[in-house]
Amino acid sequence: MATAGDIRASSDTLFAGAARPRRANFGQILRWALLFAGGVLMVMPIVYMISTSLKWPHEIYDVSLIPNEPHLENYTYVLEDGRFYGWFINSLIIATITTISNVLFDSLVGYTLCKFRFPGRYIVFIAILSTLMIPTEMLVIPWYLMSQQFGWLDTYWGIMFPGLMTAFGTFLMKQFFETVPDDFIEAARIDGLNELQIWWTVAMPLVKPALAALAIFVFLGNWTAFIWPLIVTNSWDMYTLPVGLSTFADEADVAWELVMTGAAISTIPTLIVFLIFQRFIIRGVVMAGLKG
Amino acid sequence: MYRTLSIRQKQIAWAWAFLALPVVFYVVIRFYPTANAMVISFQDWNLLGERSWAGLANYQKLWADPAFWQVFRNTFVYLILGTPISLVISFAVAYHLDKTRFMHGFLRLLYFLPFMTSAVAMAWVWRWFYQPVPIGLFNNLLADIGIPQVQFLRSTTNALPAILAPAVWAGLGFQIIIFMAGLRAIPQSYYEAARIDGVSGWTVLFEITLPLLRPTIVFLVVFSSIGFLRIFDQVFNMTTNDPGGPLNSTKPLVLLIYQSAFTDFDMGYAAAQTVVLFLILLLVSLFQLYLLRDR
Repeated sequence: MATAGDIRASSDTLFAGAARPRRANFGQILRWALLFAGGVLMVMPIVYMISTSLKWPHEIYDVSLIPNEPHLENYTYVLEDGRFYGWFINSLIIATITTISNVLFDSLVGYTLCKFRFPGRYIVFIAILSTLMIPTEMLVIPWYLMSQQFGWLDTYWGIMFPGLMTAFGTFLMKQFFETVPDDFIEAARIDGLNELQIWWTVAMPLVKPALAALAIFVFLGNWTAFIWPLIVTNSWDMYTLPVGLSTFADEADVAWELVMTGAAISTIPTLIVFLIFQRFIIRGVVMAGLKG
Repeated sequence: MYRTLSIRQKQIAWAWAFLALPVVFYVVIRFYPTANAMVISFQDWNLLGERSWAGLANYQKLWADPAFWQVFRNTFVYLILGTPISLVISFAVAYHLDKTRFMHGFLRLLYFLPFMTSAVAMAWVWRWFYQPVPIGLFNNLLADIGIPQVQFLRSTTNALPAILAPAVWAGLGFQIIIFMAGLRAIPQSYYEAARIDGVSGWTVLFEITLPLLRPTIVFLVVFSSIGFLRIFDQVFNMTTNDPGGPLNSTKPLVLLIYQSAFTDFDMGYAAAQTVVLFLILLLVSLFQLYLLRDR
């Protein structure tokens, strides 16, 4: 437990507010005001998206942020269309299954590479490491051909299979398993646990923060993934939210309030999740960014 | 049979049992397709007909194709504009945010929020911003203060920066957070020593802060360079009426790959383009290893 505590402690100190308190002077106030103005500008596109999704068509020409008569008609209209429900569910299923698969397999591989000594370990390590160099775009053509051959086009499996394991996740987890003392594993072995039980009941609970960071990254990545789902799906009921939104917005053309509503529907869920787990997610991003 | 194995043999058996499925995955879903892409790049194939060997014909076609060089140039313009701009902004914000205590968490939240959005959704929001009057926000604001209209997405010179803007915007939050973590990792004693010696703020920045942030900066340069070299979602969604337009002025390599493969069904040609992308990204990664080696 000591190690997991250490990780948390170190990232806590990393973000425990500014390190150097000073008395407020004019410079400090100016700095704060500029930072605040910049921050407001940063969220403006999101705010405008939501604001426009609450406006009537004739109002979208108005630059004012607050709708004259805010209403939810656009949402009812877009959702009554029915397709967004399906896309939402598709994205949710795909992102969830991919996340579970990554959390299980990346950590299993990371754990094995970290804690076992066996012939071929180095080769497997280098082989997985080298896949980090291969861009997805290079693989989409062969993946497409593969999907066509095996009938995976336009299926959940077809959308999901390329992302079920990632080298990035494997290395992130390997780094974190380094912090699990070998003594714990030895002790569990003496207690008669088999290797699978040791991994699941002893090692995994010790790297929970890292698992959460990995889960956030994989989920967000798959929720927003565009190019592969665009290629592998061709009927609208199999679209994911980004692909669906792209075609929907292209059809909606000049009805910008509907486009903004669609965009809001696909963005708001991740924003809500972020607002709830804010500190936790930022810590996870730093962990994944610096260790991965 | 398991019982007769020695402890070490059991370990080896367990390790390979754990790795069996992942090894199959990496071989079938990563290595085989990589090799396959390279093989296809030497073939002529339109997805329906026969595959035939084409030798270097695809690469020669690429070399002689003015559209490819336009796309090649665009891809590097995204990189050359995007990386420095986003790094300078994110460093400036991180540097000052690091020294701000009042409502620190709230400010950080504002800057980080765009990172949690979907690129496709935000591409459409920005596309709306860029519309001419009376629709687009930017042109309406310009009209309000009496500045002439700006053609954003319809101009061959303005469209690329206009498409780059949301990509930079969405990435800032991540870079700021990483920069702040890097700044926090610099020991306070350096700053205290500098203060005792009476060193000016700018000297501290250039002689202490930036040199000590080198690993962070190298990581972010490479990370964001790779991101800009692979830009696709924003371009595709902001130019759906004429992907990569106007007049190919915004088309990046990945969009060309997508069109060659899935619009023209020229698989060999598209595969050759992916090999070029792979080589570019490989060079960037090797450059990172080189920069980090001498530490």
